[in-house]
Formats: sequence, C-alpha cells, structure tokens
Amino acid sequence: MPDTFACSFTATELEARSGISFVVERLRDFDLPEDRVGDIQIALAEAVNNVVEHAYKGVPTGDVRIRCNLSSEQLWIRISDAGPPFPDGELPAGELADVSGPLEDLPEGGFGWFLIRELTSRILYERTDGANQLSLCFQIEPQT
Amino acid sequence: MSLTSTKADGAQIVTVNAERIDAAMAIQFKEDMRAETESGPERVILDLSAVQFIDSSGLGAIVAAMKQLGSGRRLDLAGPTPMVEKVFRLTRMDTIFKLYGSLNEAVSATNS
Repeated sequence: MPDTFACSFTATELEARSGISFVVERLRDFDLPEDRVGDIQIALAEAVNNVVEHAYKGVPTGDVRIRCNLSSEQLWIRISDAGPPFPDGELPAGELADVSGPLEDLPEGGFGWFLIRELTSRILYERTDGANQLSLCFQIEPQT
Repeated sequence: MSLTSTKADGAQIVTVNAERIDAAMAIQFKEDMRAETESGPERVILDLSAVQFIDSSGLGAIVAAMKQLGSGRRLDLAGPTPMVEKVFRLTRMDTIFKLYGSLNEAVSATNS
C-alpha cells in the first residue's frame, strides 16, 4: 500500500530547508535505511535549491510543492513550481564539473544536476498548466 | 554560522558547529571562514564531524574557503560523516582535498 505525503512552502533558502527536512523526517518514520535517506536528501535538496535559485528569477517568488509517493520498491518525489519553463524545455545534462585544473580554477558550483542524475534511477519533467513538474525516482531496497 | 578556531601543532583547527552547510548557510560560511583564516598557520584543518548534511552550495563554499587561503596555505578536512564524505566522493572533490577520518588523525599528520 503506497504512502503519500506532501508539503509546500515559499521558494526561499530557509523555507526550502524546512521543506527538505520535513520530507527527510517522514522517510525516517518509514524506517528507510539511513544511507538511502542520505542519497534522497542530497538529490531532493539540489532540485529544490535549483527552484529557489532559478525558477522564479525575474518574476515574483512563488511556492514550491513537494509530493512524495512511497511504495515498497520505489519512492517518487514530485517537485512543482509555477516559474517559467526550463530553457528549451529540457533538463540540464549534469556533466561532472572538471576538477583537474589549478586551484584557482576549481569549480564552486555546477554540481547540482550531476548529483541529481547520479542519485536517482529515473527523472521525468513535465510542463503542465503553467507549472514545472520534476519527478525524481529512487529505488528502495526491500527490507531483509 | 558558528565556527570556532583553535591552534594545535602548528595548524589552525576550525570547527563547524552546525549540522548543515547548505544553500541557506553557504555565503555566511564562506565569509566566516575568511574572517577566521585571514592570517595564521600554513595549514588549516576544517573539522566537519558535527556536519550531518552538505549540498552543492556548501561544497562550493568549502572550495571557495580553500581558494581564499591562497597558494601558500592548504585546507584539510577532518571527520566527515558518511553523507558528507559521499558528496565529496561523487563530485571527485576527494581528489582535491585531504580527508582524514578524525580530527586526531588530521592533527597527527601535521607532525609526519
């Protein structure tokens, strides 16, 4: 029997932290293994931070909605915002930033989409009714 | 952001007294690191043992903190929790920073 839970908050860094923590606490309530919760928290935080930093750029800040659907095999997290669509309607490729150069050239950002792609098993993006809907899927190891 | 700083065996130890270095914290962390490490020993050890979560903004802030030190000094990391260690490993930043399992390990490495 799948469990569903949701939250919504204003797209600011501090509100995002509360929203992410809410989801993480619920996942712990379901006794997911701590390393799995850790992976989910990383990917979720990157996706939500992207909304806070980019989705409402140049337009008044709006809400972020998170809806989670947890079954015994997988967790789907859908993150929605009412900002403009992704450029060209496509998600960033998320290639790993180059860390091989000299110290002063080391990247201080650009890791977000790499981490999201690395830690999820599927990603869906839909633009519907003026909203971005990004869905992240995580496999859940069955309890043994 | 709460950072505390001590000196041991010729290195400066900066301890992060926060559970998260995240997007809401990153700029403050970078500024506080600048203030703490403006002058001092060549080697700075950042004690991360209290940090339970870091995101890419926090990672970027640690990279920025190392750059701020300049070329004559270095930033080593001590006591990363499994989650923090994983973010460094996935982004290959574990090839840039020296990660020590504990603060003691990092400090003893000063003398070797």
